[in-house]
Amino acid sequence: MGLLDYFRSSRPKGSANVAKERLQILVAHDRTQRGRPSYLPKLQQEILEVIRKYVEVDMNAVSVKYEQEDSHEVLELNIVLPDTAEGRI
Amino acid sequence: MQGWATDHPILEAATLARIIVITSGKGGVGKTTTSAALAMGLAQRGHRTVVIDFDVGLRNLDLIMGCERRVVYDFVNVINQEANLNQALIRDKRCDNLYVLPASQTRDKDALTKEGVGRVLEELAHGYDFIVCDSPAGIEHGATMAMYYADDAIVVTNPEVSSVRDSDRMLGILSSKSRRAESNEEPIREFLLLTRYDPARVEKGEMLSVDDVQEILSLTLIGVIPESKSVLTASNSGVPVVLDRESDAGKAYADTVARYLGDEVPHRFLQVEKKGFLKRFFRG
Ligand SMILES: Nc1ncnc2c1ncn2[C@@H]1O[C@H](COP(=O)(O)OP(=O)(O)OP(=O)(O)O)[C@@H](O)[C@H]1O
Ligand SMILES: [Mg+2]
Repeated sequence: MGLLDYFRSSRPKGSANVAKERLQILVAHDRTQRGRPSYLPKLQQEILEVIRKYVEVDMNAVSVKYEQEDSHEVLELNIVLPDTAEGRI
Repeated sequence: MQGWATDHPILEAATLARIIVITSGKGGVGKTTTSAALAMGLAQRGHRTVVIDFDVGLRNLDLIMGCERRVVYDFVNVINQEANLNQALIRDKRCDNLYVLPASQTRDKDALTKEGVGRVLEELAHGYDFIVCDSPAGIEHGATMAMYYADDAIVVTNPEVSSVRDSDRMLGILSSKSRRAESNEEPIREFLLLTRYDPARVEKGEMLSVDDVQEILSLTLIGVIPESKSVLTASNSGVPVVLDRESDAGKAYADTVARYLGDEVPHRFLQVEKKGFLKRFFRG
């Protein structure tokens, strides 16, 4: 590899690219959080409590996804139940 | 404060001032430097301009403007009706169109109430073309007060991860917690001003480029201010750097002012200055 090649190829390897990639992920994540209604964490907590009356699930079993589309908002609830029957109280 | 026109905001300003907030989220990125330069630049182009320091408790704008020894009353005095605007405004000695409203040095930040700030801005809006609001760092009370009544926002960003992230968070706040957002008016016009840009480090891949930052934030780029020794020199002597016509930063700020006023000006200082033989050798 010649000197010129070294200088040319060194460019995309710089830390600036790492910075850019990290920022793209971070900013995209921040933005999805932004428009969320403030009641979501509480909603998630309460749903979890109700489910736990009937099924033994762990803390991450309930996920609440909120998405904004052009004309409406979608609230998506995802509840993961334990695969064995032992979980039942 | 009506008078919104997307095409020719400047023509509309004949009646009520346009309120511009200089904001960033992250501290120390160049907001005060920018506020002083923009205000001076607008005033020099013939627009009656007032620049307000919202950094209550940490006032600095007066120092950068070189009028620190003429401060008698401040923004909080006016809000509390302990002084009227004419007593508190400091007329710039270099430019007749320019006035400074200093922040108070001692009082607590809650002195800036939404009603109080609104009242002062309303009064100023009738006598000026532009009101430049120098925001404090952070996303707390002072910063939200500085942006609440804005028509335009200049988001000052350094090519660095935490600054870019904070700028993006600030964009979220501008679009949800401002007067325009709350009253469902046309949103605040947002502009990106990239400062402390070092083309040499960008070329080496050590610093985010203008394109990188713009791609992440997707904002209209209003200017790129290079990292420059002239900024410190200017602040040492209390002269807004835009008055230093010889310096790269001064020229870049003058270009930014022109763009804000609607001129089409190409961006400068984005490349490393050509330095003859060595440079040509490496670039092939
Ligand atoms: N283009 C530049 N080149 C070199 N130094 C700069 C540049 N812009 C700003 N600075 C320096 O960075 C420092 C911070 O600038 P400034 O006070 O304008 O930032 P700020 O955003 O207002 O800070 P704060 O958040 O504390 O209010 C100062 O020392 C200033 O001289
Ligand atoms: Mg400042």
